Amino acid sequence: MEDLLAARLQMAVSLGFHIIFACIGIAMPFLMAIAEYKWIRTGEQVYQDLAKAWSKGVAIFFATGAVSGTVLSFELGLLWPTFMEHAGPIFGMPFSWEGTAFFVEAIALGLFLYGWDKLRPWVHWGTGIVVGLSGVASGIFVVAANAWMNSPAGFDWVNGQAINIDPVAAMFNDAWFSQALHMTIAAFVATGFAAAGLHALLLLKDRNNLFHRKAMKIALAVGAIAAIVQPLSGDYSAKDVAERQPAKLAAMEGHFKTSQPAPLIIGGIPDEEAEEVHYAIEIPNMLSFLAHGDFNAEVIGLDQFPRDEWPPVLITHIAFQIMVGAGFVMMAVGMVYLYLYWKRREVLFQRWFLWIVGLCMPLGFIAVEAGWTVTEVGRQPWIIYGIMKTKDAVSSMPGLQYPFYLFTALYLLLTAILIWLMRRQIITLSERYESASAN
Amino acid sequence: MLIDIVIFFLGFSIIFYVLFGGADFGAGVLELISGEEDREKIADAIGPVWEANHVWLILVVVILFMGFPKIYSTMSLYLHIPLLIMLVGIVLRGTAFTYMHYDAIKDKSNHVYNFIFKISSVLTPLFLGVIVGAMVLGKIDPNAETFYAAFIAPWFNLFAFSVGLFCVVLFTFLAAVYLIGETKNEQQKSAFIKAAKRINASAVVVGALVFISAQMNDLSLLELFYESWLAIAAVVLATAILPFLWKSLHYSQIVLSRGLAAAQVILIILAWFWVQYPVVINVGYGTESLTFYNAVAPQATMLQLVWALVIGSCIILPFLYFLMKTFKGKQFIDK
Ligand code: HDD
Ligand code: HEM
Ligand code: HEM
Repeated sequence: MEDLLAARLQMAVSLGFHIIFACIGIAMPFLMAIAEYKWIRTGEQVYQDLAKAWSKGVAIFFATGAVSGTVLSFELGLLWPTFMEHAGPIFGMPFSWEGTAFFVEAIALGLFLYGWDKLRPWVHWGTGIVVGLSGVASGIFVVAANAWMNSPAGFDWVNGQAINIDPVAAMFNDAWFSQALHMTIAAFVATGFAAAGLHALLLLKDRNNLFHRKAMKIALAVGAIAAIVQPLSGDYSAKDVAERQPAKLAAMEGHFKTSQPAPLIIGGIPDEEAEEVHYAIEIPNMLSFLAHGDFNAEVIGLDQFPRDEWPPVLITHIAFQIMVGAGFVMMAVGMVYLYLYWKRREVLFQRWFLWIVGLCMPLGFIAVEAGWTVTEVGRQPWIIYGIMKTKDAVSSMPGLQYPFYLFTALYLLLTAILIWLMRRQIITLSERYESASAN
Repeated sequence: MLIDIVIFFLGFSIIFYVLFGGADFGAGVLELISGEEDREKIADAIGPVWEANHVWLILVVVILFMGFPKIYSTMSLYLHIPLLIMLVGIVLRGTAFTYMHYDAIKDKSNHVYNFIFKISSVLTPLFLGVIVGAMVLGKIDPNAETFYAAFIAPWFNLFAFSVGLFCVVLFTFLAAVYLIGETKNEQQKSAFIKAAKRINASAVVVGALVFISAQMNDLSLLELFYESWLAIAAVVLATAILPFLWKSLHYSQIVLSRGLAAAQVILIILAWFWVQYPVVINVGYGTESLTFYNAVAPQATMLQLVWALVIGSCIILPFLYFLMKTFKGKQFIDK
């Protein structure tokens, strides 16, 4: 395997693994806080049991997130030393703040997990909120660093060197807000739907179980609200991409030829040789509207870029379709849920609805992975957009496929163990919590 | 000025990582020697502070890549392999520890977690030391022609592994001293005391090995020491502490022995710092060495880094104190 490819795949595997735990670390503390809040307010034991049961899972996921994050902070250098040598001083600032956020998060998590009997209820609840807020802050900081790679700012590039570095301007680059907003909401969508789906599947076996009913309601409420606003934030992101990375937008949409007005292409398989998308549905004028807010605007196509600066169109387009497709399905389910909750609560726990929620379980995380594929693959061949090519940044150590195999194997193993551990958590629930036993 | 503040924070983070994170690793090594019955004690002592202890390492990495990018990229390139092994150790250890603690069913799988936990508790500090050793030794060579010369020789040598071994011993020592105060059981306590003394004695032996192996790998460590009276003072002081440390261990004076053990470790780190200063990585046998000054990031970056570190500390330190107080205060030990 070519070294560059191995390095890219290793980065993708590591980030794709880490992002799952990051999302859980961002959103799960809030779900636990809602449950604990209800416990403190109503005194119903089931809510405390729920918060405790969730916190066991969070502890397991958090540790995995922390170690995979530690790996990433070294991997940036191990795989892309040239990139980091130039980029470190420019985009390091959000990482330096992220350090504080991690610390606060880790400390608050220690207090939360081990402090059930040592802290007063509201103080304990507060530590949970702090875990969540610092998780959100970590996410925003690191995404700001990633946004800088998409929209470099805060330096002048002269003869292959960065001068006049301004880390503040680099951190608040053009892309940071749209990306950080979209990512933060995504964490709530993904975690909310995954947790709700899991409890829905468990309810299918035992429909009256109070524990799982409460769990599903809390998780789905959060997931539903997030899923309904997510497409709005996504539309904002798309308009942003159209401005700052037209080649990425063109690849996402499979838009080969510059046109005015431009049709929206849904689905289909892009063919880079023939420069067209097969089997797609076309909606006239729609892309002009989505990208620029005007049905007759011109949308730049890939033909405006030299061939060697095209991102891989097939992957970017398909990943984008998957994200948007998953997003709309979850939005629809979220709306149905809110409607049922408001008008016809008795339907919430009927089998058909539980099945729907259960089937949506992986959709949020699929959308997250697809979304990052759009962002990262769509930036290719650049590692710093318009400044440095990925191939010029890769480590000069030969044999990079071996670290890639090693980490892929390690992460696959951890994934298998995690699934097994969660299973063991679930099958012992009713032993550990009275409220979770069948009734 | 800015650079001095950053160096201070870098040193501070390294020291804290060694004192707290290091004691964590040491606890794993200790388990390897001491066997089954201490396991619960060790897990209890690590649990609540585990995550926080390990963030120090991340801070070190961030300070390096933001403040001294050339140092970070040089390490990453030429010490890729030992870094990779260390990372595998970190992943295995962190996950095995947490999974063991939170696994809902206690059965034979515990042995597997435990096995991995112990092995990776040795592997990680060993390779951490190997990396430090390689940075001192100076065999990193940007003009190397072969794969072996460029990516293996800098760290695959007696000196680097001696430093690695020293690291393992030092961390284990810290853990033993630390755990003495965590147990109420007299028998367990005397076992930890005995372990602490033995390990401290082996630290002296391995320390000598470091000097000898340096000579064998053409590094005159003694000469380097002669050039820095601060380094000499640190080593002398660390040695002078030894009798007091033994005495305090003997009478199981918990706070004093913890303080002296920490002081000893801090002095060793300072000695290493002063022997090298201002060099961070010896490259090409000292001909193209990277120093804090020739690898530093531009002024504007350093300013932001200092802000983040100073404000961050004001947020973190009180909070960390609260954590320690909640879990390491008296009532926790009594429980
Ligand atoms: C639950 C997850 C989720 C869902 C339902 C959606 N997205 Fe998304 N999307 C992400 C999760 C995500 C992400 C993983 O969080 C990304 C990757 C980088 C980023 O900032 O967010 C992303 C990136 C991303 C980008 C690229 C941003 C960039 O490169 O700067 C665009 C244009 C969209 N999304 C647009 C949408 C639209 C129009 C959606 C309509 C339904 C949508 N997303 C749903
Ligand atoms: C979009 C991408 C990312 C997001 C949203 C994100 C977010 C998070 C969050 C919320 C955590 C808290 C731990 C947890 O809950 O499991 C975390 C942990 C961590 N992340 Fe990421 N991260 C991302 C990418 C990265 C990258 C690229 C790096 C390294 C360069 C990194 C380094 C770390 C580290 C070191 C930790 C462990 C901190 C600890 O011990 O508490 N992350 N990340
Ligand atoms: C956690 C969410 C993320 C995921 C799932 C992700 C995914 C990916 C993927 C799929 C690639 C390979 C692209 C290709 O080779 O075509 C990649 C590359 C890369 N990503 Fe990300 N990314 C994430 C966030 C980040 C963040 C936050 C950073 C840095 C701050 C980052 C830095 C990089 C770097 C340095 C590369 C390698 C160079 C490149 O291929 O462009 N990524 N990532």
